[in-house]
Amino acid sequence: MNHIAAIVPAYNEEKAITAVVNDILQTAQSQNLSITVIVVNDCSKDSTFEIISKLNCIALDLPVNLGIGGAVQTGFKYAFENGFDYAIQIDGDGQHPASEIPKLINAAKENNLDVVIGSRFISKEGFQSSAVRRMGINYFKWLNRFLVGVTVNDSTSGFRLINKKVLEIVSDYYPDEYPEPEAIILYSLNKLKIGEVSVSMRERQGGVSSIGATSSIYYMFKVSLAIFYTFIRIKFKK
Amino acid sequence: MARIQIIAIAISILFLFYIVRLIIKGKLREEYSIVWIVCTVILVLFSFWRDGLEVVSNLVGILSPPNLVFTAAIFAIFIYLLHLSVVVSKLHSQNKQLAQDIALLKEKMEKK
Repeated sequence: MNHIAAIVPAYNEEKAITAVVNDILQTAQSQNLSITVIVVNDCSKDSTFEIISKLNCIALDLPVNLGIGGAVQTGFKYAFENGFDYAIQIDGDGQHPASEIPKLINAAKENNLDVVIGSRFISKEGFQSSAVRRMGINYFKWLNRFLVGVTVNDSTSGFRLINKKVLEIVSDYYPDEYPEPEAIILYSLNKLKIGEVSVSMRERQGGVSSIGATSSIYYMFKVSLAIFYTFIRIKFKK
Repeated sequence: MARIQIIAIAISILFLFYIVRLIIKGKLREEYSIVWIVCTVILVLFSFWRDGLEVVSNLVGILSPPNLVFTAAIFAIFIYLLHLSVVVSKLHSQNKQLAQDIALLKEKMEKK
């Protein structure tokens, strides 16, 4: 049986985190999957760490706030060091329903994929995000297609599965802030097979988005820049 | 010797001593002090050799010697700022790695 690590980055998620972890554990039991939940507490100011250390999960506690990328990478490193076959990233705010996990795993196995991205835009089910946010997502879709020729409909989706091969790469380098669109470039330039499956997402159950309204312009700019840098760095290394 | 020259020499030499003192006390690492020592030595040199400024200006084709001072100073500041950004970026990634290792080690210790 494959060992799966469910990596949950959490920053000030005391309200939602218990439900997220229990949701994953329940799915694991009902679907007969071997899932270990790894919650990475990104130096939360609230009682997130006290809560997760009582739950049935691996609790990683970062001493300083690293941001989403650094937190997720901590989980990747743990998963890689402990020899997990797959790692699934699941947001700590309850946006990603654990019941969709088997879809990702099956897609990876059936189509022999290295990276599977859970997309909310393929069948347009569930929570669809705001119009402005969707515009940004379309922009990244276009940028990715232009640079590496890979079309990912939901490039900002954090609901992803990666296999052992990818774990080795991301343990070594993973983008810091807002890592999702940039990671796609990283994956495709490393010649990994990327696929997308349709999942339905919920609206966040608690906490605040890592991208506020005022910072979305900064987000677009920073991520575009990071994508270009990653692109140039990997292209010219070879 | 003009009054301004004496003031310039005094300040440059005081500055040089201050930098050396910082290094001796361990508050400034050697690799970051090099640029400061070089700058101060240039300051001291031109405080003594007043015509030097004009000579160098003529050499590179700058009409008014004070412009040479500003151009050179601003250029040096830019370069040093860039250097500091590189240092901060390096510290940032080292800090990240340390934090991650601490988190992983803490977890390992609690398991035992």
